[in-house]
Amino acid sequence: MPSDIIRYFRQETLPHIWCPGCGNGIVLRDFAVALEKLNYPRKEVAIVSGIGCSSRAAGYLDFDTVHTTHGRALPFATGIKMANPELKVFVIMGDGDASSIGGNHLIHACRRNIDLTAIIFNNYIYGMTGGQFSPLTPRNKRATTAPYGMIEQSFDICRLAEAAGATYVGRATTYHNQLLTRLIVEGSKNPGFSLVEAVTHCPTSYGRRNDLKTPTDMVRWQKENAVWIEKIRDGSASLKEEQFAIGVLHRHNAPEFTAEYLEVIKRARK
Amino acid sequence: MQGNEACAQGAVDAGVRFFAGYPITPSTEIAEWMARRMPTLGGKFIQMEDEIASIAAIIGASLTGAKSMTATSGPGFSLMQENIGYACMTEVPCLIVNVQRGGPSTGRPTAPAQGDVMQARWGTHGDHPVIALCPWSVQETYSLTVKAVNLAEKFRTPVILLMDEIIAHLREDVKMPDPRKLILEERPRPEGGRESYRPFGGSAGQIPPMADFGMGYQCNFTGLVHNEVGNPSNDPGVTDRLIRRLTGKVESHRKKIIHWEETLMEDAEIAIFSYGCSARSAASALKAARSKGMKVGMIRPTTLWPFPEEAVEAAASREIPILVPEMNLGQMALEVQRVAAGRSKVHLLSRVDGELFTPAEILSALKGGF
Amino acid sequence: MAKVDIDKYPKASLDINIRWCKGCNLCVTICPKGILSLDELGKITVDKPEECIGCGLCEGTCPDFAIKVVKDA
Ligand SMILES: Cc1ncc(C[n+]2csc(CCOP(=O)(O)OP(=O)(O)O)c2C)c(N)n1
Ligand code: SF4
Ligand code: SF4
Repeated sequence: MPSDIIRYFRQETLPHIWCPGCGNGIVLRDFAVALEKLNYPRKEVAIVSGIGCSSRAAGYLDFDTVHTTHGRALPFATGIKMANPELKVFVIMGDGDASSIGGNHLIHACRRNIDLTAIIFNNYIYGMTGGQFSPLTPRNKRATTAPYGMIEQSFDICRLAEAAGATYVGRATTYHNQLLTRLIVEGSKNPGFSLVEAVTHCPTSYGRRNDLKTPTDMVRWQKENAVWIEKIRDGSASLKEEQFAIGVLHRHNAPEFTAEYLEVIKRARK
Repeated sequence: MQGNEACAQGAVDAGVRFFAGYPITPSTEIAEWMARRMPTLGGKFIQMEDEIASIAAIIGASLTGAKSMTATSGPGFSLMQENIGYACMTEVPCLIVNVQRGGPSTGRPTAPAQGDVMQARWGTHGDHPVIALCPWSVQETYSLTVKAVNLAEKFRTPVILLMDEIIAHLREDVKMPDPRKLILEERPRPEGGRESYRPFGGSAGQIPPMADFGMGYQCNFTGLVHNEVGNPSNDPGVTDRLIRRLTGKVESHRKKIIHWEETLMEDAEIAIFSYGCSARSAASALKAARSKGMKVGMIRPTTLWPFPEEAVEAAASREIPILVPEMNLGQMALEVQRVAAGRSKVHLLSRVDGELFTPAEILSALKGGF
Repeated sequence: MAKVDIDKYPKASLDINIRWCKGCNLCVTICPKGILSLDELGKITVDKPEECIGCGLCEGTCPDFAIKVVKDA
């Protein structure tokens, strides 16, 4: 890893627990690079995560960190941010964590437009519990609980967040490191709820079952299926089956929740 | 003043500055009061999307150093259980008020009950410490709320205030103490440098200091078994030490935590063991019994957990019978029986129809000699 | 996998933390010069260090933070 970001890690906790070739390490490093670029005073940063392979990321970082309960990272983060709006709060979640058990919290955090930066490690599967489908598993893909193929429709979590009111939404992959870092940086600077979907790969619980035999096959799949949003917008590309857009997918301005509450305090004290 | 208001006022006077909740009868007035008053004090109120989010938010707020609370009733209390365990495991102080109503399930939203006593103790999974207090009047709701906040801070643990619909909606005169004269506890905070700081260290009975987020100590909180620094661990020794220390933290200080009131126990030949709204009827029954010359006494715990074993001792050591009127099918009675260990005959008087005990029915149980 | 304009990069050396390598092979397949491989223990080795162009792709893909590209001054 770049030598200067090692100082952001709790080095006694490394090497991390993830499987060989797991994309979570790549997302974590890109996040650390984003933290370096943002260069906030260390004590002003809080990192919150849920439960799952990806959520273990928080514990490797040498900041104030909370590894919470499955699906509940956002309400924990909401309490932290509201009680101390000075803190820059990042929230790490898996796709199942954020969209299934935590789906209700996700739409409400978007709706409030509270100033949090959510990073969703989307490996399209429940990694930690061994490969059950998540609401983001694409149709026809196989999971231990969809042995004949997934028959449910999947969420596009970026569109979900946009519809629910998030003011900054972007997607990158573990192949597109620099984009991922840039989205996290911009998301953090956005005064409101920002959602960054990091398409990552789980060779152990997803790839093996879905004809992507090696971590390299999985990263190649990302490279081949990611389409820059600018190209879609200017008409030079369109999304074919399995493809997805990457880049800054949405942004708009809206009142931010903790700032609004400070106004409530002023009103109440008059 | 109403019970729910007294609870809210007590919390604020004890220093609570963060409230998160979700509306549910019969606790809603606490949230509504907080929504009005919190911002006037510079505190924060937030209505969350459900009770799971509410308790998560107050734990989050507490991590930044804010004294925080939520209030709910049975269905919401059930939803909170996982994160109550999280607060126990990560030693994050917070107050959870459960205004009990008839259950199970939606039950009788507007009827009182005392059916959540065991849930308060064992509702979340795994071995864990619990402190639960139970008031019987509006005045005591105020003082026990202050105490609950203090205990949470002092012992770095969630504290549950078990109210009931009767006390919550009762209106009584309350003598408010001067809030500036209240003795308030603050969680222990670290003083030394980061290197020597052990946020989850110490031996049994010690309460490790807790740094606020933003103080610069960079702590890790996790519901996984963790070592003294806060890093996850699968080590059997670390696991054993942590789980024992958590419970030991409360158990070794139980004498300082538990409290009960005895009425006319000196010469009593029968004891009533009662708490919360049921104790109000029991107190009237006691008066009536005494006026008829019956030597009845009463033990009224305000701490339900840790169970005040010493309180039962007052009756059990003299081998006098104990009547336990409670609005459930026998929850505290089990604890009383356990402590009495055959020395006293323990008789349960149950009501689960959503109606308060009448003093007459308690009196007749006393007369019946059970 | 990726195309790199060789002349754009200065030469560099790789600082490898072998303890953290889990042998996933990602760096091996991403290196545009094909100078990396896994040894018999399944750990990364640099076969032809002199051919490294310092593009940084291996560092960027290694999920285990095992590679640091040190640009030669
Ligand atoms: C309340 C609760 N239900 C179920 C679980 C078991 N569980 C742990 S992680 C997980 C899913 C993980 O998938 P995801 O959120 O996509 O993260 P990943 O492991 O893939 O990074 C589940 C179901 C749990 N810990 N808590
Ligand atoms: S199971 Fe999948 S997500 Fe979890 S560590 Fe292994 S590769 Fe990564
Ligand atoms: S990418 Fe990293 S972990 Fe994988 S083989 Fe190369 S050095 Fe080892």
